[in-house]
Parts: sequence; C-alpha cells; structure tokens
Amino acid sequence: MFGVPHRESAEERIAMLGYEFYIDASRCIGCQSCVNACAECGTHRGVSMIHLDFIDRRNTIATAPTVCMHCEDPTCAQVCPADAIKKGEDGIVRSALKPRCIGCSNCVLACPFGVPKMYSEMELMMKCDMCYDRTSIGKRPMCATVCPSQALLYVRPEQVKARRRQHPVNEFHFGQETVRTKVHYLMPLDDTAVCVDVADAIWEGEE
Amino acid sequence: MAKAVSAEQYGPHLKYVPTGGWQGAGVKAEEKLVKTHCCFCGQQCGIQLKVRENQVVGFEPWEEFPFNKGMLCPKGVRRYMQSGHPDRLLTPLIRMENGFRAAGWDEALDLTVRRVQEIQAKHGKDAVAVYGGASLITEKSYLLGKFARVGLGTRHIDYNGRLCMVSAGTAYKLAFGVDRNPNPWADIPKAQVVLVAGANVGECFPITTDYLWRMRDNGGRLIIADPRMTPITRNADLYLPLRPGTDTALFSGLLHVILKEQMEDRAFIQDHTTGFEQVAEYVKQWDPRRTAEVTGVKPEDIEKAARWFGSAERAMALHARGLEHHSHGVENCSAVINLCLATGNVGREGAGPNMITGQGNGQGGREHGQKCDQLPGQRHIADPAAREHVAKVWGITPDEIPQAGYSAVEIMQAIHRGEIKGLVSMCFNPLVSLPDAAFTQEALEKLEFFCVIDFFLSETAHHADVVLAGSLQEEEEGVVGSGEGRVIKINKAVDPPGEARGDSAIIVELAKRMGKGTYFPYGSTREIFEELREASRGGYADYYGITYERLEEEMGIFWPCPSLDHPGTPRLFEGGKFKHADGKAKFIAAEWRDGGDPLSAEFPILLTTGRVVSQYLSGTQTRRIGALVDQYPEPKVEIHPRLAEKHGIVDGDWVTVTTRRGPITLQAMVVKTIRPDTVFIPYHWPGAKSANRLTHRTIDPRSKIPEFKCSACRIEKAQRSV
Repeated sequence: MFGVPHRESAEERIAMLGYEFYIDASRCIGCQSCVNACAECGTHRGVSMIHLDFIDRRNTIATAPTVCMHCEDPTCAQVCPADAIKKGEDGIVRSALKPRCIGCSNCVLACPFGVPKMYSEMELMMKCDMCYDRTSIGKRPMCATVCPSQALLYVRPEQVKARRRQHPVNEFHFGQETVRTKVHYLMPLDDTAVCVDVADAIWEGEE
Repeated sequence: MAKAVSAEQYGPHLKYVPTGGWQGAGVKAEEKLVKTHCCFCGQQCGIQLKVRENQVVGFEPWEEFPFNKGMLCPKGVRRYMQSGHPDRLLTPLIRMENGFRAAGWDEALDLTVRRVQEIQAKHGKDAVAVYGGASLITEKSYLLGKFARVGLGTRHIDYNGRLCMVSAGTAYKLAFGVDRNPNPWADIPKAQVVLVAGANVGECFPITTDYLWRMRDNGGRLIIADPRMTPITRNADLYLPLRPGTDTALFSGLLHVILKEQMEDRAFIQDHTTGFEQVAEYVKQWDPRRTAEVTGVKPEDIEKAARWFGSAERAMALHARGLEHHSHGVENCSAVINLCLATGNVGREGAGPNMITGQGNGQGGREHGQKCDQLPGQRHIADPAAREHVAKVWGITPDEIPQAGYSAVEIMQAIHRGEIKGLVSMCFNPLVSLPDAAFTQEALEKLEFFCVIDFFLSETAHHADVVLAGSLQEEEEGVVGSGEGRVIKINKAVDPPGEARGDSAIIVELAKRMGKGTYFPYGSTREIFEELREASRGGYADYYGITYERLEEEMGIFWPCPSLDHPGTPRLFEGGKFKHADGKAKFIAAEWRDGGDPLSAEFPILLTTGRVVSQYLSGTQTRRIGALVDQYPEPKVEIHPRLAEKHGIVDGDWVTVTTRRGPITLQAMVVKTIRPDTVFIPYHWPGAKSANRLTHRTIDPRSKIPEFKCSACRIEKAQRSV
C-alpha cells in the first residue's frame, strides 16, 4: 500500500534538490485552483501564468492545464530576436526580461506547447517561471501546492515512482522535431514519448 | 440624520485587487501569517491568511495541516478578497422608505429589542423566530440556540443547515444512534471500492478528489452514481447515470444482487444489527431488470456495481446532496447505509458509509442546539435527562426550555401565513437558498419586524428593518467541526472594520438589553466555548476533553472526546459497537417512492439543481469576488443535445425553463454530460436568474429538507434574448 503522502518541510526541500514538476492531465477536475493561486503572485499581479482548457466541453468534462514545459533547448529563446528569454543552470526557463522584450510574439508563435502569452498593453510576453520566487527558497510552485487533485505535482522522482501507476515522459515529437523538457507528463506505461503527428502512428512496413 | 442609501449601493460589487494593491514580497508594511481554515465548505481546508495592517491581503498554503496538506480550491484561494471589500457593512443600518440609513449601535439594538418585545407581548413568545447558519463557529451556533430559548423564550430556531445535512443526519441517527460520519478521510485511499452517490466531488469538495485518486492508485475502483457526468467521472471505473429521484431504487437493486449472490456478511448482520429481514424482503422485488426500468441504469452495470461492492473486503460509500435533497432523502441515505451494513462495511479502516458535509460548520453547527429540536451535545430537546442537564448549565429550570419548534422551511411558511411575525437572522440568505423564491419574498414582506446580522447586505437583508453589522469568519476566534468530525481551531486574523462588531458580542448585547444579561456573561468566544464543553458533556457530541490549546497542538480532535487526556475518536463503530441502547446498528426500511413535484404532460422534463466550483451557496460572498465571478459568470441550463434538438435549441440560445412555480430564462449549455430527460441549473444567483424560483416546497417528512434535486419542468426556446 502506498500510505499517506508526506509533505516535506522547506528545510528538507532546500537541502534536497532534484524536485521535478509533473503533470497528469487525466486527474484534472477543471477547478482552476491553479489559475487563481498563480494569479495571486505579487510578481505578475493578478494575471495567471497557468491556463486551463476544456478539451471539448460539449462531449466531455475533461480539462487540462498548461504550464511552461521548461524545455531543454527552449524554442521560445531560440526565436527571440532580443535575447530576452534566459534559461538558468537549474533548467528553469525564465519569463521575458522586461527591459529587452519588444513584444514581437515570435515566442508565442514558436512554442510548440502554446505557453507564452503576449500582453500588448505592456509590450511584454509573460509565462510561467515555475514560481521562481518560491522554488528558490524551498517552497513548491503555487499551482502544484494547491492543486486539489494533484494533477500538478512537484516531488522527487522516487515519490512519483512509488505513488503513481503512470510513468514520467519528457520527450515530445512534433512531426520530425523532438523536444525534451524539464517538466514531465505522466503517461500510461506503454507510452515512452508523446507523439503529435498522425504519421507517427502509421505502420510503415518492415524496417 | 443620515441620508437613506438604496440597497443596490451595497452591491454585489466585484473586487479584483487585494486591499492595498498587489505587492511584491517584502514590500511596505510587515506581514504576518495566521494559520486557520477556509470560511467556505465542510472540507475546512487549512490555510494561512496573510495580514498586513489589520487587513487580510492574501493567502499562503498551510502544508502541515493533515487534511488538505496545502491543497485548496479556487474559493479558498480567493476568499481573503472579502477583507476590505467595498460592500462591507461598517455600521448598523435602519430601514427608511427609500433605502437604509446608517445608525448607531444603541439606536439599532434598542429598536430591535423594543420591536421583538412588542411582538412577543402581543402575540406570544413563539411569534418571533431565529435563523442561524452553518458557517458560524460552534460557539455562535451554541449561543444562538441559547439566545432563542433563554433570551427570547421562543421554540422557533433553525438554520440553513436544514438545507444540507439533515437527511443524512436523520438516517445515520436512526441506523447508528449518532449523527457523524463514521470514517476519517484518511480511510478513503484504503478502500478497495468507493461508491460516490449524488456527490459532485470535483466541484463541491475538490480536495476529496485527491483522496479518490489515491484510492485508485492503490488499485481501488471508483463507482459514480449521478445524473450528470461531473469532473470526477473522467476516472470512474463504473458510471451509473441514474435518473433523479431513483436513488433508493438503485441501492435496493444493488442489495438485491448482493443477497441473491450471497455476498452479504452473515456474521456481521447476525452479531451487530437488527431489522435485516424486513429490508431483505423488500429488495426481493428489485431485480436488475426492474431496477433498470426505474433508474435508467443498465442491468449489467447494476450487477457489476453490486459484485464489486459486495465482494470487496473494504468498501466505502460517499454521498452528498444529490442523494439527500429529496422528499425521501432519509430513505435514500438509509438505503446506502443498509448496503454497507449488509456487507459488513462499517467501523473498519477503509470501510463505511460517509456523508460529505457541505457547509463550513455543517457538522459542529448541527450538534449544539441551533436546530429546532436539539440541545447541546446532540441531545434531543424532548429528552427529560437532556433538558435537565442543559437547564443546569444554563441556570434555568427544565420547564423553561421550550419544546421543539419549526424547521427552516416551516418557519418561512409560518411567516407567510402570519403566525410568526418577527425574525432575527444571522448569516442565512433564504431568499436565494430556500425553494420557491417567490413564496419566500412574499413571506419576508409580511414580517412585522426583521433583524439581520451579517457582514454584507445579502438579498434577504434588503427586506430587513434593522441590519446589524457583523463579523467575517476571520474576525472571531472559535472552533468548527469539519466534515470528517474533526473539531478544529478557527483563528482570529483581524478586527472587524469600521463599527462592525463580532457576531457573538452582538447577541450578548441584545440579550443584555432584553434583561437576560446574567445568562450571557461572555466577554469572549473562549468563554462561550468553556460553557459549551460543559453543556455537551456526556452527550453524543462530547467536547468536554477539547481545549483551544489541544486543538492547535494536535491539528484538531475528532469527537467524542470525553476527557482532557482522551485522544479523540477518528473512527466510529469499531468492533461493531453502535450507539443504540442494545449496541447494535439498525437496518432502516427504505422504500422507493416518487417525489413531490411529479412529471406531467405539461411538465415532462426533470429539473435538478446544484453548484459550480467557483461559487458558494447563495453567492452572497463569492458573487462579490471578481475572479470567481469571471470563472463562471452567469447560470446556464445544461441540456443534452437530444433534448435540445427536440426543442430547436443550440448552445448559447436563451431558453425559458418553467415549473409549476413559474419561469426563468437562461442561456443553454448543450452538453452530452447529462441525461437527456434532465436539465441542470446552478442556484447561486438571485432574482431573475434564481434556480430556486423554479423549485418547490415539498420537504422530507422526517428531515424537513427541501426536494431541490427533482422538480418537473418544461423548456422552450425564448423568443428573444433577455
């Protein structure tokens, strides 16, 4: 049996690095606790950096959250003409730097996950930075803390292995392009990568 | 003399920004964090309130509190926006011809006392009634019960929990001898099968979702019975789309299969229960075919659900208002309890029937005398031993305690016919939450005197003669009983603003001015709690061993807790020991019957009402929080495409829904996630958008709960947008 989850103290978390962010969209109940909690942050003052969508409300109650996937080689940073998007050694891709961002929306168009949003009135792209003001002092990202279904979780990899029946996947194939991310999706055991291309699913004869 | 202000000036207005504006961390004045609990639902999630300069300006998760471990729903996240709200009542108000004027406390209190005494002198003590609420800390619900009986001498006190837990409370009391859910929530992940019946967990108790998902991580299976596919249905192992009003039929059908296939626990039935034979005889007629015809659930799914539940070593049932808001709500709960008793699923880890308490202090608020037939300690008002014990604590003779009075809907009916002429109400918004809103409005207009104690001017308070500016939950210290049965500490974070006062101080002052001050010698809620401990001692809900300090240290204590060294009682009925005199549980007869608003040719469609995750109850609090209103701004009527097509309705069309009480017009939400013979409307809005304009006043004869979940309606596309 898996027992009752243990919530580490802040000291434990600072001391023990190696926490990762996982998404299990199948557990999402669409409550928008994440959206509301994220919006409470003094850094982005009432604007949420996490977004929630109904997949197809007419046919299903299914919902899924979108957070920044903190890609290993972030497409948003690659296409930014102002070099406004930086990735730290911790793997977190920061939001656009205000002095540099020119509001061109290259990143909005380029991100394969649809994460960055442009706030034209401020000429600034804003996106999730994994609650850098919290994670840097040993607190969990706000969305993963409040999520009442734990569709969003921020734990050590061993805890995912111990508690969940799915396994973490961080490799995405967009057509011919492979994107690897810091944030993992929890997928059924026989899925090793997320394929967003029908061609990937086609049997193409003996190889 | 202050100028009159129209009621509309008091909102609801939407607040989007915390008091003092959005601040980065470490800016300006010092901030402190106060550990406490959410002011909304019965889950009572632990939360920390961020306080700066006597205003609540934000929140921080409280990960150490074991029930929710930092998790919250959007209402809990945004709740603090009530602090410093432009609609907040800062002074008492007195009604004038064209609105309200601000008044001083002396004037408002004296006016209230004079009018109440006038009415009682002329028409008798029972001509004045008291309404309380299940959002109030237990000290206040205790205080209101005492105020009604000792202060006013009326037998009529009841509360908005009459709209919530009374069906379950009655059924559990009948079966087990006590009204509290049997298992701590920590048992849920340990069950092998959980049957969720009539509970929209994902929207009404979001934190319980994590418990259900962990149950499934552990290999358990989830069965959901609901006329709609609610958010938790996405991970249902078995979904039973039962027709509103047929719950007893379904559970009788499940029990039929269990008995037919000999999955019952004979030893448990024999050793620990009475009354099995009558129930076994009744369910003989509920074969899967008949059950399917009545409920709309497939025969093979009835068999599957029964086999899963019957063969599990540990099975739990969780239920909420979907099961209980019926004129046979007690029967529905009894049928679920019967299922658990027959399979020996009571009083063990991971096994048991459990009601999910809806309101913040729905549990505590139904234990210590705020109900029309109850005395503190969950004692019955007619019981001579109970009357003697409580009279002693109160310093009166037993004869001076009135007998049982009317329940909430009955009080409103008595007001309507002129029998009750005065009302003192605290934190209850019946104009939005009672069924048949037009009737409620007529009744309120007939009142000769109406005093409301509240912190916002609710729609009901628009009808008041005097409004006394009361307190938010974070402005008084006290205790609450969570849905688990865990008594927890509510901490004071800020003082009431302006000239608003703590609710308990207001009641004490009213009692003083009525000449009953000696019976209400309280300078603080802590002093009320000390008396409550004594008053509850020896009763079912025994709080004698609980102190504020123990609650903080031990993260809450499950009652009963009869002594200071007792650890509390997380799980009830262990070892098959129940609270009836013979120590056994009772199978209670639960026979299916139709509801009080039958379908007809004129009204051929079922209407059911309920909630959305971003709003809470009558919405008088959450309809003032901008972000929550934005999440789901207007009530929609959910209609299945098959039904919509029949009426030429597409998604977004304005649709008029009419019942025997009248019509309302809302936009349609055409979705496949509801039965094609049923429509759904959430009820958090007042006036022209109020679902309760459509509902009816049939109540369960035993629990007195209204039948919100089943009305008969017709729908038609509206001629033009409204």
